[in-house]
Amino acid sequence: MLVLGIETSCDETGLAVYDTERGLLARALHSQVAMHEAYGGVVPELASRDHIRRVVPLARRVLGEAGASPADLDGIAYTEGPGLAGALLVGASVAASLAYARGIPAIGVHHLEGHLLSPLLAARPPAFPFVALLVSGGHTQLMRVAGVGRYRLLGETLDDAAGEAFDKTAQLLGLGYPGGPAIARLAESGAEGRFRLPRPMHASGDLDFSFSGLKTAVRDLVRGEILDAQTKADIARALQSAIVDVLVAKAAAAVRATGLARLVVAGGVGANRHLRSRLDAEAARCGFEVFYPELELCTDNGAMIAFAGALRLASARDRGSATGGAVAAEGPGPHAFTVRPRWDLAALAPAAELA
Amino acid sequence: MVATLAVHLADEAATLALGARLARVLEPGLVVHLVGDLGAGKTTLVRGALRALGHEGKVKSPTYTLVELYKVSRLDLYHFDFYRFKDPSEWEEAGFRELFGEAAVCLVEWPEKARGLAPGPDVRVTLALEGSGRRATVEGVTDRGERCVARLREGPG
Repeated sequence: MLVLGIETSCDETGLAVYDTERGLLARALHSQVAMHEAYGGVVPELASRDHIRRVVPLARRVLGEAGASPADLDGIAYTEGPGLAGALLVGASVAASLAYARGIPAIGVHHLEGHLLSPLLAARPPAFPFVALLVSGGHTQLMRVAGVGRYRLLGETLDDAAGEAFDKTAQLLGLGYPGGPAIARLAESGAEGRFRLPRPMHASGDLDFSFSGLKTAVRDLVRGEILDAQTKADIARALQSAIVDVLVAKAAAAVRATGLARLVVAGGVGANRHLRSRLDAEAARCGFEVFYPELELCTDNGAMIAFAGALRLASARDRGSATGGAVAAEGPGPHAFTVRPRWDLAALAPAAELA
Repeated sequence: MVATLAVHLADEAATLALGARLARVLEPGLVVHLVGDLGAGKTTLVRGALRALGHEGKVKSPTYTLVELYKVSRLDLYHFDFYRFKDPSEWEEAGFRELFGEAAVCLVEWPEKARGLAPGPDVRVTLALEGSGRRATVEGVTDRGERCVARLREGPG
């Protein structure tokens, strides 16, 4: 089953072609960051307008690279939500139009389900069930994943996401925005132990997180210091250590609490090398396995949408449903489409129950 | 009397308590701007207000989602955060105009990122560092906002 995936939930346009027999055949990503560089950083381009410009050329490109034509496609997956309404509508409307023209199903995919399942695209995919740590600029959640669409929330942030704490601290240190990767780079030359930041909710006894207080703690540090390069690096180091300590402790606690033996890490912060090495060490110590998506699939991308959509379409096909997806099941007609800027992951139906 | 209330907030609990006081004077259609740097306590203030209105769930930072909707006892309340806007025109693009109106309370963080396009405030709350705590200044900007701040000054502290 050959599926085109379209991700336009935020400010990256991601396209990919996934085949259930042959795997990921092609992918392409356009981020606004690169566009701003190309124009000298002066064009305040708007996300949805940019998606409109990029989505069709990128679709042609991935189909070309996959050696496929639109006539070969068996389905189209698009990010239905959550995200920015205008940006989501671009992917949804292109997907629905192409599906209508080809007489094939279009299926709306939950953006976070895409992230959750992305480690299954790796060379060494985890088996269900597993604990997932979903950690990005907008999300910090621990979930029990029993299968496609079978998710139970174990804990989540009460305020800021971990990536947001990275980004906003970067701003306080004058590193620009978004600055998560800049903090991580700087932290490598920072001295451990010069500054100590709190570990919020480290010993709360549950699996929830809170990162909002770290901004204030860093702000108080910054006020008392002359911000030379070394001091910035030392603060970056302290911040990264604080966030990673909490993420590792809670993830390990979630593995213990569920009795599972596999932890999957997804989302942009999952690319952080310090987090990966600390999780690997903790896993070796406690006797569980950790799985990561490949680095390029940590951030928003079309491959995870094509993949999650293909799993759901294949599941629906195997159950004998001609049109498959959620669109056909819930919409007023087979080619109606919708977007859900706000969408609770726990509201998703398991793939096996779609029909 | 100028409709302004200025208080020192020693800690997070004081910020939550001011949020709870503010909750008592909120009414449908009111636009409240929350001004202050990262870590000043804007989201904490909103959390205090929502808790006082009976919201028992989480109050997450709306930085990435841009807006969170809360339906509490007697109010629809939108908690906006325009921090991520690079250009005020993104406010228009996001389709938020329809959410501002007489039906809901709008609490807005980083309103300056949508300057000139998003509706101006009835009430402006400014949070600034003061000693180890914060100084909160609550100003009525419109007639309606002035009446709210007057009620805030008269109410229990």
